[in-house]
Amino acid sequence: MEHYLSLLVKSVFIENVALAFFLGMCSFLACSRKVETAFGLGVAVVFVQVLTLPLNNLLLRYLLAEGALTWLHESLNWVDLTFLTFIVFISTIAATVQIVEMALDRYFPALYTSLGVFLPLIAVNCAILGGSLFMAERDYNFIESVVFGFGTGFGFLLAIVALAAIRERMAYANPPGGLRGLGITFIAVGLMSIGFMMFSGMQF
Amino acid sequence: MRLESPAYTLGFTTVVCVVCSLLVAGSNVLLKDRQEVNRLVYLQKNLLQASGLVQPGEKIPDQKALEIYRSRIEPRLVNLQTGEYESGMDPARYDQRRARGDPRQSREAPPNPASVRRIPDVAKVYLVKDGDEYSQIVIPVEGLGLYGTLYGYLALERDTTTIRGLSFYENRETPGLGAEVDNPQWKLLWPGRKAYGDDWKPRISLVKGGAGPATEDPYHVDAVAGATMTSNGVTRMLQFWLDDLGFGPYLRKVRERGGP
Amino acid sequence: MALFDKHKRAALFDPLLANNPIGLQMLGICSALAVTTRMDKALVMSVSLTTVAALASLAVSLIRKFTPSSVRIIVQLAIISSLVIVVDQVLKAYLYEISIELSVFVGLIITNCIVLGRTEGFAMQNPPLISLLDGIGNGLGYSLVLLTVGFIRELFGTGRVFGFQALPLVSEGGWFYPNSMFLLAPAAFFIIGVLIWFLRTWKPEQQEEN
Repeated sequence: MEHYLSLLVKSVFIENVALAFFLGMCSFLACSRKVETAFGLGVAVVFVQVLTLPLNNLLLRYLLAEGALTWLHESLNWVDLTFLTFIVFISTIAATVQIVEMALDRYFPALYTSLGVFLPLIAVNCAILGGSLFMAERDYNFIESVVFGFGTGFGFLLAIVALAAIRERMAYANPPGGLRGLGITFIAVGLMSIGFMMFSGMQF
Repeated sequence: MRLESPAYTLGFTTVVCVVCSLLVAGSNVLLKDRQEVNRLVYLQKNLLQASGLVQPGEKIPDQKALEIYRSRIEPRLVNLQTGEYESGMDPARYDQRRARGDPRQSREAPPNPASVRRIPDVAKVYLVKDGDEYSQIVIPVEGLGLYGTLYGYLALERDTTTIRGLSFYENRETPGLGAEVDNPQWKLLWPGRKAYGDDWKPRISLVKGGAGPATEDPYHVDAVAGATMTSNGVTRMLQFWLDDLGFGPYLRKVRERGGP
Repeated sequence: MALFDKHKRAALFDPLLANNPIGLQMLGICSALAVTTRMDKALVMSVSLTTVAALASLAVSLIRKFTPSSVRIIVQLAIISSLVIVVDQVLKAYLYEISIELSVFVGLIITNCIVLGRTEGFAMQNPPLISLLDGIGNGLGYSLVLLTVGFIRELFGTGRVFGFQALPLVSEGGWFYPNSMFLLAPAAFFIIGVLIWFLRTWKPEQQEEN
């Protein structure tokens, strides 16, 4: 149990997908002008991560890995389809995002409209694919994938909402012309990242 | 056929899929052998560096590395709990990492400072041949650093306590900090140190602030500057694998026998 | 030369400074930060991305008139993913040790906004040659930022450039105290922020409205 708890804390804080690994930066910087949109995007990311990570884990284990197809027939133990990992992962992500889009449109239309164009953009969010790729590299099992999926998604949510809150304040500040907007945001994110580094000394 | 008709769309996407698959599968099939060789050579080079057959940082052509490996290194399988050699399995094909993940070939480790979670029942060791004798035993070591697991080889002389070298072939640590475990200068600090104390309990450790030369300060190695967590991780993993849960029983049997 | 008229030159060279994908378009930032701790990693990543961007834009442009609108994003992703897989296979075969260090970041070229952004935003509407140049140009703009950041981080963080010890370390009898802060993640953000500052002060037309 503590193992899963420590994995969760690690993926939310110590290895925050946005502030430690710098994945998902494009939408991280583009959608963090206001706290509302940031929160909406964050929730969508959590959702997609929790769905795709375990699914990709199963696909890796029972379809792609070397010797994975033995459940189909003993003689297939030489088959190694790991070179298809990228394309299989991105397909499940794109498909999941499509399904989530349709489900939201049908059952939660208000949320669907408020998320707008950001929902389909999650499909190409590096944080989502990155999470799956890290899971593959570290050889997580199914439950670890669920925990890791939730952790990375929630970490992203935390980071983007925090940045949006800071940017809303910075809109009233007066940086020099060259720094306005993107420049000062980069520096703010750098400082946030230093803040999150304090977690790296924690060990469970 | 109209561009947007379902039949055309289906046909188009099928063609795109087929072309992409051919491209991807083709590149994999063509390059797979080279990749396998690369992987093997990479592991072997690290092993050779640990045992001093190749100097750390020395660049040698892949062919030469393969030759040295083939002529000087003998892989063997060892049952970790009994400490005896295992016959009946081909050491060259044994994948210790996969065995570690398979519940039928491994067991859960009791709580330990190195955060090792599973221990395979059978582990691979590498004996270094020097003419007719075996001069060194190389054991694989792994453990948690700061950002991930470090995997490496520890080379011991016949007395099972004098260290010949340590080489990590996989680490996820910060370049310039924890990843300096891969720096040839740091690797040169290891030859001559002692793994065990007089009571045959693991004593080797990394210490901050520096350690003297091997002849005066055999149980300590200078920790990596600015990389406390990685250095502590290395100490813990070495002590784990030298102890009873790791290769302790095997190395004890080696001492009783007078050799590997 | 008719081959390199004004439009084509613009496609190739604009993304370097006037319309830099990282500095102005805000694309492709993710990998830019993690792989710039050393110049050799930055270089391999730059070449990989430029190759994928160029070939993907070319391929997408060649079939743009045959691609149904409903599946265009998926088709682009399929083409990009396939190219990335091929690049990854080649790296594993010929530059094994570097490919280990780049680990997941080569795969992340698939979701790199630059590539998809240019295939969707440019190659789908333009002829093959200029799309190819646009892909190369944006790849070069990305490379410029990556190599600059990589140079600064490796030099001040370790004193080395491409592994060669340019500034002698105190620990080896020299005078340079390496500033390890540059090797840590936030430094990349600060460096890019400052680079953007310089770029926009030099070219004020890129500054954002208040």
